[in-house]
Amino acid sequence: MLRRYIIRRSIAALITLFGVSVLIFFLARVMPGDPAMIALGETATLEQIANYRERLGLNEPLLVQYVVYITSVIHGDLGDSLYTHGAVLDDLAHTFPATLELILFSTVLMITIGIPLGVLAGRFRDGFIDNFTRVFSLLGVVTPSFVWALFLMLVFAFYLDVLPAQGRLSEGVEPPAFVTGLYLVDSIVAGDWATFRDASAHIVMPGTALAMASVGQTTRMTRANVGESFDKTYIEFARAYGFKGFRTAAVYALRPALIPVLTIMGLDIAIKFGSAFLVETVFSWPGMARYGVQVILFKDLNAIVGTVTIIGFFFIVINLIVDIVVSFVDPRIRLGALAQ
Amino acid sequence: MIAGAFFGGRGWYKFSRNRLSLFGLFLVISFILMALLAPWITPYPQHAESFIDFANANQPPSAKYMFGTDLIGRDVFSRVLFGYRISLRLSIIVLAIAVPLGVIPGLLAGYYGGWWETITMRIVDVFLAVPSLVMALIVVGLVGSSLTNAMLAIAFFWWPWYTRLLYNITRQLKNEGYVTAAQVVGASHWHILIKEILPNCVPSLLTKMTLDMSFVILVAASLGFLGLGVRAPTPELGSMIAEGANYLPAMWWLPVFAGLGILIAVLGFNLVGDGLRDLLDVEV
Repeated sequence: MLRRYIIRRSIAALITLFGVSVLIFFLARVMPGDPAMIALGETATLEQIANYRERLGLNEPLLVQYVVYITSVIHGDLGDSLYTHGAVLDDLAHTFPATLELILFSTVLMITIGIPLGVLAGRFRDGFIDNFTRVFSLLGVVTPSFVWALFLMLVFAFYLDVLPAQGRLSEGVEPPAFVTGLYLVDSIVAGDWATFRDASAHIVMPGTALAMASVGQTTRMTRANVGESFDKTYIEFARAYGFKGFRTAAVYALRPALIPVLTIMGLDIAIKFGSAFLVETVFSWPGMARYGVQVILFKDLNAIVGTVTIIGFFFIVINLIVDIVVSFVDPRIRLGALAQ
Repeated sequence: MIAGAFFGGRGWYKFSRNRLSLFGLFLVISFILMALLAPWITPYPQHAESFIDFANANQPPSAKYMFGTDLIGRDVFSRVLFGYRISLRLSIIVLAIAVPLGVIPGLLAGYYGGWWETITMRIVDVFLAVPSLVMALIVVGLVGSSLTNAMLAIAFFWWPWYTRLLYNITRQLKNEGYVTAAQVVGASHWHILIKEILPNCVPSLLTKMTLDMSFVILVAASLGFLGLGVRAPTPELGSMIAEGANYLPAMWWLPVFAGLGILIAVLGFNLVGDGLRDLLDVEV
């Protein structure tokens, strides 16, 4: 059963991925503005533009161009960047780990802060903790990530001067030997605690700014769901059996409440990628999102298409994994999907 | 039915019992009033456009300039209020485009099912796989930044949320007794969709639109912050924050007050949306 469900979901994910590539490709081609003119600048002669179009195959019908494009993507070639003059895939490979580290860090915050806060608030509804949590999570959701970023920077980097405001590492600190590309992980692997401390100090602010919205969302959702499941008969049953408060809260009320949170985590990845465009810009975080902003401002079509393809790919894969995990936790979902 | 929920005593009573919702409503009304009345209630309405007064540039907040002044001596308070006009106009137009664009395919997909459902919902999945902020950034980046382009770009990537919402509701509603009854007496599909199903989607739609007002304002401010929104000298909250961010910590008042400005608007719509969700008992 589970295997059939996974196969079905994987096929759907592949189709979506194909759709994303079509969307991005045609968006980049159909937009007003000749890609050749954009690439060569406004001073280019007509002859240069004609040569460039010929070389890149821009005179072929769109469908042919798409087939050429998708074939090269499958072979791992995303073209060259006008902005860095390197291969787009190399640029993305260099910048992706920084963004991934930021997103993973903020996801960890989202889970370790959001879920416990939500359980507490749901357990002690309308008490002090609940009211505090409500305001805290609301502020998290409604404040734009770049405002959080600037606010944290103002307080912790400028007034208190306890955290660095820019980049992933201080000047003069060498990045740890490449294992995963995530400095926090790699420095632990290398046993280099000085670098680990430095990298941690750098990631705290951007990670928090990126996490605030999802921490708020997770807290609200967990609170609502845990609150609901506290009214269910199986909680009463557990209490009647003499299980203590913590166990009923953590085990019986939390498990059904986690399923929507898991689903949200998958969808949240897209929002985090979007917010990363702002947060990385504020903190000069050398990740893929900042690269994305730069290539958009530079009108670097290959790099834009490449960046979006990677984001879409990542989103689809994460959601595939989330769906499978959720169906593992809640068999009703995979049975329902198969019955359809 | 909606009017009843609001203006009929019980709906309003229920809504007003929640102090947070009331506070949100107060913020929303203030936001709209400030936006509409900006030319008359701001101390320096001429500062909304390309006004220059270097003698008073970079002033911290004072009695004369409540929120301080910017790089070229314009009153930040006046510009925040004029920024509200832009935010309000932008978010209303975005929703006016995105909602019908999303509602119609969603209704049809939920009601008819079949290949139309498959195609529509696959397209929705594709659009939702890439953050709408990123897509809007790209479109504006390629076409050029202006208020119109920002609005069109956001709207073009916002409709799938409404398609998904309407699809889910319609799929449930089409099995309701009154829909079957209408089918039995020979009502046309068109009649059923418009007269039976759509009115019952309104509570969810209204709640979603209220919440989305805040998210559209956020996305628009994000575009402005990255320099891809409305062009200078038009006052836009995101670009005002970006201007101050380049001179931190010296010019703290620009990001702080423009940031608070965004916060108030977003918070208001969010609280009212939450209140509506509880009142109308819908999921969005």
